Amino acid sequence: MLPRFWRKIRYRYNLIGTECTNCGKKFYPPRNLCPECRRKSRISEVELGEEGTVISYTVIHDASEPYKLQKPYVVGLVKLNSGPTVTSQIVCDPESVEIGMRVRAVFRKYGEDGEDGIIYYGTKFEPLNAGEME
Amino acid sequence: MVGIVSYGTYIPRYRIKAEEIARIWGENAEAIKNGLGVYEKSVPDIDEDTATISVMCAREAVKRAGIPRNSIGAVFVGSESHPYAVKPTATIVGEALGIDRFFHSADLEFACKAGTAGIQNCMAMVESGMIRYGLAIGADTSQGAPGDPLEYSASAGGAAFIIGDDGTIAEIRDTLSFTTDTPDFWRREGQPYPSHGGRFTGEPAYFRHVSTAAGEIMKRNNLSPEDFSYAVFHMPNGKFPVRVARMLGFTGKQIEQGLVVRYIGNTYSGSSLLGFCAVLDIARPEERILLTSFGSGAGSDAFIIEVTENIESIERNPGVWEKIRNGVYIDYGFYAKLRRKIRMG
Ligand SMILES: [Zn+2]
Repeated sequence: MLPRFWRKIRYRYNLIGTECTNCGKKFYPPRNLCPECRRKSRISEVELGEEGTVISYTVIHDASEPYKLQKPYVVGLVKLNSGPTVTSQIVCDPESVEIGMRVRAVFRKYGEDGEDGIIYYGTKFEPLNAGEME
Repeated sequence: MVGIVSYGTYIPRYRIKAEEIARIWGENAEAIKNGLGVYEKSVPDIDEDTATISVMCAREAVKRAGIPRNSIGAVFVGSESHPYAVKPTATIVGEALGIDRFFHSADLEFACKAGTAGIQNCMAMVESGMIRYGLAIGADTSQGAPGDPLEYSASAGGAAFIIGDDGTIAEIRDTLSFTTDTPDFWRREGQPYPSHGGRFTGEPAYFRHVSTAAGEIMKRNNLSPEDFSYAVFHMPNGKFPVRVARMLGFTGKQIEQGLVVRYIGNTYSGSSLLGFCAVLDIARPEERILLTSFGSGAGSDAFIIEVTENIESIERNPGVWEKIRNGVYIDYGFYAKLRRKIRMG
């Protein structure tokens, strides 16, 4: 778990993907080859911005051990304004999530390897207008 | 002259009211609110800690500054709740900001004044020419033991500052620290909650250090309270800063804007800094601000700050008070789960 996570920290902490400059398609997670352009692919890194829209979601009620304190929590597909779709936890009340909801990237803890292990951090999303007091 | 180029803040969304904590421990909420001057406090989410809060406020500061990320040559995170005992929070912040890897970084620890210590370190590095810009953060997710009076105030939040000497929105005209060996509040390695000297935390600790640092820096600059538009003092509760302001000769009007403690509690390393940011949110060119932090153990860092005309061209929204108002109330049960006060079998 540790080396694999560590190598991808750059892409988990920030929404950095890749772009095929031949056709303009953007990828997240980053790809080294454009499936359309194949050998004509010209891949470079690109920042994907922090805002997007929820296009589908599911509420997780039965979480595995490291995540059980977080349940119920929302996992959704977020279509970034820059194009790519990202699978991510959405930090909000499960009652309030809806398709079309506008969200922004936030930096949160993913989990930890027990009390003496590594803490994993990365990108999640929260509603753009989160937490207005009634 | 060296000063503040930009700033950013973060306050976790959840709030718990003093009434709700008092309900659980069978205490009189009105008496506590009157005695402590704290009505509600911020609570971090289950997946928030000092590293995530630091990243969020630092990202806001960098975005508002509009400077190239790679021109940041130093990152300091001041906190008494670093997620790791060994492994600097500043490394996580640097990576999350996407700064190239050639930057100096260190975590600082001095109870509630570790954030202002970071500002002083950045000032020195900028003035000596070692770095162009430095990032200083004060952030905490502090805890009081269940049933301890600290539970009404210990909260979470953070503020970040980009320090440099060009394009400053506020110049730091002077800074002075006052430090003694005073055991008013401490936490031994491996202990989940801090211990404190009860009443001893007042006179010989908070009041002596804050008033000496603030009084001395005004004296050596030939300034008196009337020369300042605003004053901000560390806020362990809602009473101490009001009293120390009065002792020094400041009016209620000068401290009101920065008195955020009543609605978010004591954010420790973020405390005086969040109050200071609330002042920057509305400050106008040429206004003068006195900022004085306090850290148990004990010491105070005082600053004389003068706002420049650049303040009008930087993004200052959403401001601190807007973030304070954007909260969601939770009950004690949920709070106990979030703060892991429940021992899992
Ligand atoms: Zn392509």
